[in-house]
Amino acid sequence: MNPKDPLKRVLYIDLTKRKYWIEEREDLFSKYLGGVGVGIKLLEENCPPDIDPLSPENSIILAIGPLNGLFPLASKTVALFKSPHTGNLGESHAGGRSGLALRMAGYGAIVVKGKSERPCYVAIHSNKVFFRDATTLWGLKAGVSAARLIRAKEPGAGLRTIIRIGPAGEKLITYSSVTLETYRHFGRLGLGAVFGSKNLKAIVISGQRDFPVSDFKTYKEVYTELMEEITGSPKMKKYHELGTPANVLPLSLVKGLPIKNLTTHEFEKVEEISGEAFAEKYLARRVACTHCPVACIHLAAIREPYEDEPYFYKTTYVSYDYELIYALGSMLGISDSYKVLKLIQTVEDYGLDAISTGVILAWCTEAFEKGLIKETQTEGLVPRWGEAEVYIEMIKKIVESPKEFYQDLGKGLHFVVEKYGGEDFALIFGKNEMAGYHTGVAGYVGFLLGARHSHLDNAGYSLDQACWKNNLTLEEMAERLLKEELWRQILSSLVICFFAREIYRLDKVLKCLSVAGYDLNEEKIWALAERIYAHKYNFKMKSGFDMENLKVPKRIFELSTFTGEIKPENLEVLLKLLKEKIKNLLEAQAREPLL
Amino acid sequence: MAVFVKDSDKCVGCLLCMFACARAHRAVGLESSCIQVRSQGGISRGFSVFVCRGCEDPPCARACPEEALLERKGGGVVLRSDKCTGCGYCVRACILDAIGWKAEVNKPVVCIQCAECVKICPYQVLEFEKHEP
Repeated sequence: MNPKDPLKRVLYIDLTKRKYWIEEREDLFSKYLGGVGVGIKLLEENCPPDIDPLSPENSIILAIGPLNGLFPLASKTVALFKSPHTGNLGESHAGGRSGLALRMAGYGAIVVKGKSERPCYVAIHSNKVFFRDATTLWGLKAGVSAARLIRAKEPGAGLRTIIRIGPAGEKLITYSSVTLETYRHFGRLGLGAVFGSKNLKAIVISGQRDFPVSDFKTYKEVYTELMEEITGSPKMKKYHELGTPANVLPLSLVKGLPIKNLTTHEFEKVEEISGEAFAEKYLARRVACTHCPVACIHLAAIREPYEDEPYFYKTTYVSYDYELIYALGSMLGISDSYKVLKLIQTVEDYGLDAISTGVILAWCTEAFEKGLIKETQTEGLVPRWGEAEVYIEMIKKIVESPKEFYQDLGKGLHFVVEKYGGEDFALIFGKNEMAGYHTGVAGYVGFLLGARHSHLDNAGYSLDQACWKNNLTLEEMAERLLKEELWRQILSSLVICFFAREIYRLDKVLKCLSVAGYDLNEEKIWALAERIYAHKYNFKMKSGFDMENLKVPKRIFELSTFTGEIKPENLEVLLKLLKEKIKNLLEAQAREPLL
Repeated sequence: MAVFVKDSDKCVGCLLCMFACARAHRAVGLESSCIQVRSQGGISRGFSVFVCRGCEDPPCARACPEEALLERKGGGVVLRSDKCTGCGYCVRACILDAIGWKAEVNKPVVCIQCAECVKICPYQVLEFEKHEP
């Protein structure tokens, strides 16, 4: 790495002692690049794997990499923590301004430790760190944004990030998310609850600076090449125009869009919740993460009259994406785009993960039909497919109701089915609620063994679709799943948005890294990917993940995919093959000399 | 000649113009940019873009006690770094906040009218126009 690059600086914040200090960790950044690579090392150093995720011993690592601030679409921040949702590795990625703000403040990573005595927020303005009282910001009503209040109090407008939790994080819901810039999130796996357990309402980060590069002329050339490909080629088109909801119709056509808890392919009016429909009726503005020209963030405007005051209207903006339309739309049998937006708005107001919330509500609907849960437990609410108003009330109760059933729902679907039954139709993989892809074995095995049980770990759903064209053996599928996940360790160490994965191929990444002062080649990059993956997986296993006891809900075998029903024996074989590959990799890594 | 903001409603807040401005000043990052992009009180309300409009009677040049900012023919200013003492009066004189500050050298960053920001904007928010004589 470039020795003058401030990336090597790690900011440690101890909330218990209200102290902060900066350490130069060139040792980590020169070997592990940044992002997940450096992040997992910092997590190892600062979070014993066997602790309670909601105790002060948990640490939050926010990390970026050497390409952030240098090249377009290197626009993300990685968060690592111990997850209160799965009990093992927590990893979440977010964009907004976070990556750039951290870079501009002059850090490569932040480590947040301990627990504040009272609610607080932390303001980081370049070299200065302030511990601010947030007792007034705690317990705000859903929909009242703490960020709006913080915005007025803190400097750095235009370049800062405001990372904060909502009521769900304060209430320690295990799938609460952390919101930044109103519309982006560290979703999945419950980082919001980790913030909440630390009495940490928000982190504000700002700064403005320049960075050294090895050769300015080459830097400009590489930048121009990248921009030409980003704006001139069709590779970013789907994110650029309709955004991720462009996937709703194509996936529905190939039976990949989960509907009503995967009970059917019948879904009238799916076109009403398509990317096209949202764009036509509600799209009001498109915005971008910092340093990304794609502007995939699609904001819908909903205009509602005030009931008690004629000719007064309220216009609110809601950000919509494919996964949200799946989880809070098709999964719940809702084909009215307005109602989907209202549900998204509710989830945003409370600061919940949209995917987990939708999958849990879908399970509730079926469990209610089957008599596993009753009206006395739901406080009189009867969940039925398509009834958005009831689902909105249930979401409120998950966060606000003190009753046992809703408290249980706040602990995730894995906890719920252990207590109430119904695991055959509980769509959870590795204790995490599934993303919106019913595509085949690769998708599901990808969910099961991906380090964070996310569709983005290894893109199994995409591999399934590739298999429709070119038949692959299960052995080849296992190999490709692992290879994809390994490559993504590099992208998420830099930290590049996965949407740009077709632009940032190996040759481009090596060029960019060379400008950032890293002398790497193909062989070294793959060795590093394996090393980072092994560190993550080892943490995962030490904190309780058991790959020998993975449960697969029977439901996924009962509904056909594009290529027919998934055969349980195929899934078993693929699972076994991939497990062997992972174990071999971990064993080989254990024999390597310590880096 | 100067850059002007044609339609800030199309601004997505990507800041590519700011990075391009820094590169035009031979820097990587945002400190050496003389463009400002700010949300209008929350991202949902869109963005405001502030670029040097190349004033014909530039208040920044008038505010400079060292005559380090020379009026450019056709509008705007040229910085004579050797004369600049880093007092920062020019920054305060610019109502658009369109003068940056490079702390490392303690000198302002002024628009050089290169139009790199205009060229890179993917949404044609900015336009380069010739001033009428």
